[in-house]
Order: sequence, then structure tokens, then C-alpha cells
Amino acid sequence: MSETRLIEISPVTRVEGHGKVTIHLDENNNVDEARLHIVEFRGFERFIRGRLLWEVPVIVQRLCGICPVSHHLAAAKAMDQIVGVDVLPPTAEKMRRLMHYGQVMQSHVLHFFHLSAPDLLFGFGAPAEKRNIFEVIRENPELGLRAVLMRKFGQEIIEATAGKKIHGTGAIPGGINRNLDIATRDRFLAQVDQMTGWALDALGIARDYVLGHLEMVEGFGTFPSNHMSLVREGDGALDLYHGRMRAVDRGGAPIFDMLDYNDYHKVLVEDVRSWSYMKFPFIRDLGPEYGWYRVGPLARMNTASHIDTPLANAAHRELQALTGGRPNHTTLANHWARMIEVVHCVEKIRELLHDPDLQGTDLRAEGERRYEGIGVIEAPRGNLIHHYKVDERDQVTYCNLIVSTTHNNEGMNRAVKNVAVQHLSGQALITEGMLNHVEVAIRAYDPCLSCATHALGQMPLQIEIYDAEHRLVDRAGQCM
Amino acid sequence: MTGESFVFHIDGVAVTAKPGQTIMEAADAAGIYIPRLCDVEGLRHQGGCRVCTVKADGRSVSACTQPAAPDLKVENDTPARNRVRRDLVEMLFHEGNHLCPICEKSGNCELQAMAYRLEMTVATRFPYLEPCRELDASHPDIALDTNRCISCGRCIRASQDVDGKGVFGYVGRGIHRRVAVNGADLAHTDAAVTDHAMSAAVCPVGCIIRKDEGFRVPIGSRHFDHGLIGHEIEEKRE
Ligand code: SF4
Ligand code: SF4
Ligand code: FES
Repeated sequence: MSETRLIEISPVTRVEGHGKVTIHLDENNNVDEARLHIVEFRGFERFIRGRLLWEVPVIVQRLCGICPVSHHLAAAKAMDQIVGVDVLPPTAEKMRRLMHYGQVMQSHVLHFFHLSAPDLLFGFGAPAEKRNIFEVIRENPELGLRAVLMRKFGQEIIEATAGKKIHGTGAIPGGINRNLDIATRDRFLAQVDQMTGWALDALGIARDYVLGHLEMVEGFGTFPSNHMSLVREGDGALDLYHGRMRAVDRGGAPIFDMLDYNDYHKVLVEDVRSWSYMKFPFIRDLGPEYGWYRVGPLARMNTASHIDTPLANAAHRELQALTGGRPNHTTLANHWARMIEVVHCVEKIRELLHDPDLQGTDLRAEGERRYEGIGVIEAPRGNLIHHYKVDERDQVTYCNLIVSTTHNNEGMNRAVKNVAVQHLSGQALITEGMLNHVEVAIRAYDPCLSCATHALGQMPLQIEIYDAEHRLVDRAGQCM
Repeated sequence: MTGESFVFHIDGVAVTAKPGQTIMEAADAAGIYIPRLCDVEGLRHQGGCRVCTVKADGRSVSACTQPAAPDLKVENDTPARNRVRRDLVEMLFHEGNHLCPICEKSGNCELQAMAYRLEMTVATRFPYLEPCRELDASHPDIALDTNRCISCGRCIRASQDVDGKGVFGYVGRGIHRRVAVNGADLAHTDAAVTDHAMSAAVCPVGCIIRKDEGFRVPIGSRHFDHGLIGHEIEEKRE
């Protein structure tokens, strides 16, 4: 029996929730296997059973401390179907969109400045005490301040639409429970130019980083894959709130297009593996080996035909030009894509603020009760599917959730392995900088690993090496 | 009952009362709020929750049932009284299963509002009993989540005295006493959504739920978004 060593990195810091990376080395210190273990919320799908349908959009927000609004809206969309509403009153749809754009903006800004900027500004190999937001603020006070204010803007939009910055109640089955008053609208309008400018600056940082480190970026956890997201019905434009499902292959050719998301289970299969609680979805026609795909900001840039706001569209074209219009598979280009979406969100927010429908009073529609509902949305981290069945007593009997981290499961595992092969193989000495490369690859997917345990500015890192019999043979760790 | 008005004192403030008025009724009229959970306007007094307990001439009495008397010295809004009240409210939380952030009564809930008023900030002094009671969603218009019931009996009195029905009743004794429906489930009673017992004002918590209405009132417009519980009474004083 050949001896295999097992290296563990746990917990993966600066991602939301708990994760553990195990790297299995063979007797020559070559990477044999690399796996990302995620503790996920299967329990939640049980917990929700028996609850009343109108409670669901509120309850599901507890799933995630960092993008509760995405769950709120995906569940509300599913419940719209259950209460028999296919078309919301314009005020309701636009208020929900406003909420969503605020959410995507604040989440992306958080991710970029707090979680990624330390790596991008100081380098992945920089010492742990340097790679945190506090150092970013110390060295770039102006940038730090903008990060705070941009996030605040997004959060205040959420507050104005959902009643609270986190865990509000805005969306209800068939509609929304409030409109936007003029004073609040004007307060946002007064800030929106500033936000646009800052969003463009942030976009510049992300783009320049990618362009300035092209060789490294392209070699970093990059591998071809399929990509999937919602796109707008008809013209295939980027649409974060609603649309039809589109998947493209590594060359950009469509796998499926304009698919009604109520048929998601016809094209997606959720695979199970013994060592992980999290499922591994793949596209049915392509099978588990070739059918896995990625979701998220970069996947959306790869699926969307164009963007319907001018500044983001220009940026999208620039990103596309890098790969000659074919899908971009560069893991780190997610940062660039994320900032294009921030620009898009701010442009959309501006457009909505000028729309008098936000002051409308027709907030909710009614229809004929149904017993099954599916809601799909593009969350900050990618496609998010909520699927429920509800009985005639209004109680939930079935719930299936596919969150972006699950969609990306295979991709993240491949990214980890890819980086591990490049940076760890053949080296007997495991440095923190090298291990951090693995973490950077995971963080680029912005995984949301169950509930939020936030380790901002912390770097607890543990490496354990096991032999083939799972005996601990070496351990290296630091906790700051 | 007729007769001469008289004066007594609550926390040193002179309050005028008519014969037959309870301490609480007189206090309400004078703009002094005495915390309460089982007592509500329009239903007969029960004196069950003890949240309204005051000291009257040194004796602990429930203000919702104790008649006011001339020259009585009542101690109400004092640290000692409020500490006891907070303990009682805390125990209600520990006895039930209250997840305010996902409860549709949040913001309109008297128990939650009382916890805020009494500054119940630490919630871990008593062990949680964590009951796990089935939701009763059998009725087409009403659902019951008895995990949130505080056994105040308001629904029992409303159903019996106002609706002339007997949809609810107590079962069990002592610490096990609970409110239950008189039937296999709510659908097997003569409950109707138009009953006074089912109106939002009767159940102080999120136990009796009118279906399909949850979360329609936005945060900011809910009853206790406008002030602490009791503020309407206290505003009468200014
Ligand atoms: S009934 Fe009141 S105290 Fe209980 S969970 Fe609901 S809001 Fe909170
Ligand atoms: S159901 Fe509501 S009104 Fe009835 S006893 Fe319980 S808490 Fe009181
Ligand atoms: S209000 Fe007086 S005992 Fe409950």
C-alpha cells in the first residue's frame, strides 16, 4: 500500500461558514486528491416542513448571514406561484428588484473590499497579519472609507425596501408590503452619482489587477467549464432578479437556453458523494463527468448576451474582449465580473429611483392557489433555486434548495486541486503562503459555507498531515 | 356602582378612582401604565399572569383584579416590581418556543413588547423547555402555533363571553396546564374567523394566526414600532 499524506486546512478563513480542505499527498508529496468539505444546511429543508407558506420568505433568511435577501426573494418568488400570481403589480416587482440590486451591491462590495482586496493589494504570499481589511484601510484610508459608504448605501436600500438592514419582511407572497416614499427616494438620488463614480473606480482596480497580472491570473486555478445563469427572457441580457435559464459550454455554445426555470429538474441532476453532505449538481445531458458547471458573477458574464445598462455593458465588452468573446474561465476574473455587476446594480438603482411606479400603491396580487412553487434568482454568488410544495392547509411539505455554493461545488473542488497540484506537489515544506493560495482559489467563488461565522481579519490556520491509516503524522498551525 | 370618588397614590402620584374600579382601571384613566398580559379591554379580569403585580400598602396584589381603595399606597414602577415582572416574562419565553425574527406577530406582540419595556436583555437565566408542539393549520382561515401560547386565557374568555362559544379551554393542571381547543383540532370546532376570539387584539402573542395575513404590515408600521407597550396610556398623562 502506498503511503498517502493528508493535509488539512481548517477552517477556511474569510469565507462564510465552516469549511475544511483536505489535501491527500502520495509518497512522493504529489497531490493525490484535494477536497473541499462543507458543512451545509440540509437540516433546514426539514425544519421548514410544516411551516406556513407566508412565513417561508422570512424564515429562509436565517440560512445566510450575508445574503439573506437572496433567499428572501427566491422564496417569495416560489410563494408567488403558490398563491397563483405569475405577474406581480409593477410596484411590487420594482421594489423587489430595488431590494435585490441593493443586496447584490452590498454583498459584492463586502466581498471585494473586505475579503479579496487584502489578497489583491498585498499579494497572496504576504504575511497573514498584513492580509486583512484593517491593513487595507491603513494603507488606503480613502478606499476603506468608500468601501464602508458603498456597503452602507446598499444596506440602506435594503432597509428602505425590507424594513431592516438584515432579516426584514418586504416581500410577501404575491407582492411586497411597502412602497418607497419620496423623501427616501430623494435621499438615495442624492448619493447615486457618487456611488456610480466609486463603483467605476472599484471596477478599475479589479480590471487593472487582472490585466496587470495576466500571466499569474490566467494560470491561477483556471480551468474550462460550463457556465449557467438566468438571463432575461427574449434578448438574453443580464438579469439578476428574473429570467430564463441558460447554460453555455466551455466554448460558449449553448447547452440549453431560454429554459423555463420551473423545469430546472429536467436539466439538472443532483449527485451525492459519500464524503460530503453537499450535493454535486450536473447537467443531465452531459453526465457527471462533463456536465458540471459554474455559477456566479463570472458565469453570468459568460452567459449574458449583453448588459442593459451602458456603463456595465461597456465593461462587459472589455472583459469579453480578453477572451475574444468566448467564455472566460479565469477564476480570479470573478473579481472583475463582480465589480461590473456593482456598476450594473448602481445603474439599475438609479433607473428605478426615477421610476414613479415605486410610489405606487398596488402592492399585492391574488390568484388561484397552487400546491407547488419554484423561485429562482441570481444571488450575489450565483444562481439560487428554491422549490416548495405546500398542502391545502398552507403548510410546507417539501423543500429543495440549490444554493450557488452547491452549484459551484465541483468547480471549487477542481480549483482547489488545480492550485494544490501547482503549488504543493513535490514540496516537503508547507508554507502558509502556499496554503493561502488554496484558500484564495476557494474565496474567488465567494462560497457561503452554511451559517456565517465571520473571521474578518483573522487567520486561524491548521495543517494536519495524516498517513494512509489516518494517523496524524505532522501538524502545523497558527492562530492570530 | 355609584359613590364618591376618592384618591389613592401610585408611586407617589395622586390618582382619583371611582368606587369599584380596580387599581389598573384607575391607573389607566390617570395615564399610569401598569404592565399586564392576561388583562385586556373588553374581557373580564382573570388575574392569571401576575405581570401586573403591585405592592398595595405593602401587600402584593394583582392590579387588574384588586379594587382601588382610599389612601392606598401603591408601588408600581419601581426596580423591584419590574425585576419580578421581568422574571415572569422571561419564564414565559423559556416555557414556550419563541423565535421572534421569524414570527409574524413580531412588532405587534405584547409579550415581545413587554420584554422590550422591561429591558429583558439576557435570555439565558432559566433553562429553555423547548416544547415542540404541532402547528394546527386544519382550519381554512386560522392557524394555531401553541409553541407561542402563554396561557393567558384571553381566547377562552373571548370565545365564551363574547362569542358564546367554547372553542378554547384549559387542559391539564399546575405547570402542565395549557390552552387547547375543544375538538380534535381547530377545524373540528365551531371557530370562525369572524369570532372575537380570533381577532388580532385577543391573542397577545403569535399563537392564534389569521391565515394569509402574515407580514403584510411593513416594519415601521407595526403597533409597537410606534412606542413601548403602554405608551398610549402614558401619553394621556402629558
Ligand atoms: S409570539 Fe411574540 S414573543 Fe413569541 S416569537 Fe412571536 S413575536 Fe416573539
Ligand atoms: S392562544 Fe393566545 S389568547 Fe389564548 S391563551 Fe394562548 S396566548 Fe392567550
Ligand atoms: S394582567 Fe393582572 S394578572 Fe395578568
